[in-house]
Amino acid sequence: MASQAKKIILDPLIDNNPITLQVLGICSALAVTTSMTAALIMSIALTSVAAFSGAIISSIRKHIPSSIRIIVQMTVIASLVIIVDQLLKAYAFEASKQLSVFVGLIITNCIVLGRAEAYAMKNPPGMSFLDGLGNGLGYSLILMGVAFCRELIGTGKLFGQTIIPVANEGGWYVPNGLMLLPPSAFFIIGLMIWAIRSWKPQQVEEPDYQIHQVHRTEVL
Amino acid sequence: MEHYLSLFIRSVFVENLALAFFLGMCTFLAVSKKIETALGLGIAVVVVQAITVPANNLIYQYLLKEGALAWAGMPDVDLSFLGLISYIGVIAAMVQIIEMAMDKYTPALYNALGVFLPLITVNCAILGGTLFMVERDYNLAESAVYGVGSGFGWALAITAIAGIREKLKYSDVPDGLQGLGITFITTGLMALGFMAFSGIQL
Repeated sequence: MASQAKKIILDPLIDNNPITLQVLGICSALAVTTSMTAALIMSIALTSVAAFSGAIISSIRKHIPSSIRIIVQMTVIASLVIIVDQLLKAYAFEASKQLSVFVGLIITNCIVLGRAEAYAMKNPPGMSFLDGLGNGLGYSLILMGVAFCRELIGTGKLFGQTIIPVANEGGWYVPNGLMLLPPSAFFIIGLMIWAIRSWKPQQVEEPDYQIHQVHRTEVL
Repeated sequence: MEHYLSLFIRSVFVENLALAFFLGMCTFLAVSKKIETALGLGIAVVVVQAITVPANNLIYQYLLKEGALAWAGMPDVDLSFLGLISYIGVIAAMVQIIEMAMDKYTPALYNALGVFLPLITVNCAILGGTLFMVERDYNLAESAVYGVGSGFGWALAITAIAGIREKLKYSDVPDGLQGLGITFITTGLMALGFMAFSGIQL
């Protein structure tokens, strides 16, 4: 039991990561990663919504008629997101302004709905809670990684604290402004996927079309 | 008129939902392997966006906004915290209605778009369009223009990436980048291209 629970939490971190392998939840992953603080708040919000929606949906799963299950799941998720949104507005107003519409967009975040549909509808509440937690943490890992690169290279800071002294404040580092713009997030995630797949080659996708049968030494 | 034209151009190019705000990325990456399917999904998004953004605008202006219930004799009521759940309800209902109406009156279009319509409910671009409309406090006419414009911008982006991916499959991509990785980097380059439009004022 304990080993199963551990597997449910640890599996989505690298081996079955929601972003880099399942291609879920990318929508909001990219826009909030210009600073570590925003990314951290977003990660906490999403992880808690994913975990609790898993637990709630799973505990009522035997009473949901399958024809209207999507709308029931949506209602549960939307209610949880409203709670998170109100909490953020009450206790972290600055951060909630910075995240603007992206907290609301957790509703349509495919990780939450995807895990509800794929896991919580078939498994008991405790396990579903852990599954939501694990997938939320997998999402958070990528989000924090991307935010780390973007904030450090883009502004020379981490969590708003100066790490590398920037040139126009008397330091030596000239920040790369591209890192704060949307395209850099795509590049960083693309490169992260490359790194993860080089480390875990079983995740590599089959090419649709092979130009030469053997054209590199490792393809034999 | 100029104001609306400028809003339209801005929502298509400068504030492109897919490439500047990363909305609807999951569908964007999953359904962009072929031009025909991408175009079909793009058209469906334009239609749904053109209907749901003004519809949600009416709900926001006359039911949810602070003081919006003044016409019903309740000027102090602020229901804006119910926003998220109402918008997603409207979107889910609208998609269902559009699906049934299309099935009845335009079966050819229904058969072409059929599979994509349910997908649209969970497309962040649709909910994102509505939330941006609320945040920027558009009026009804502006929200109609914004709905069509942002849907069109999304359709343009997904069709373009599908065109690139159709060619890309004949190229020699490193193993780890195959599929998802190279698509991300290509999308990044496209976003870089779309950034050239920023700063355009009409």
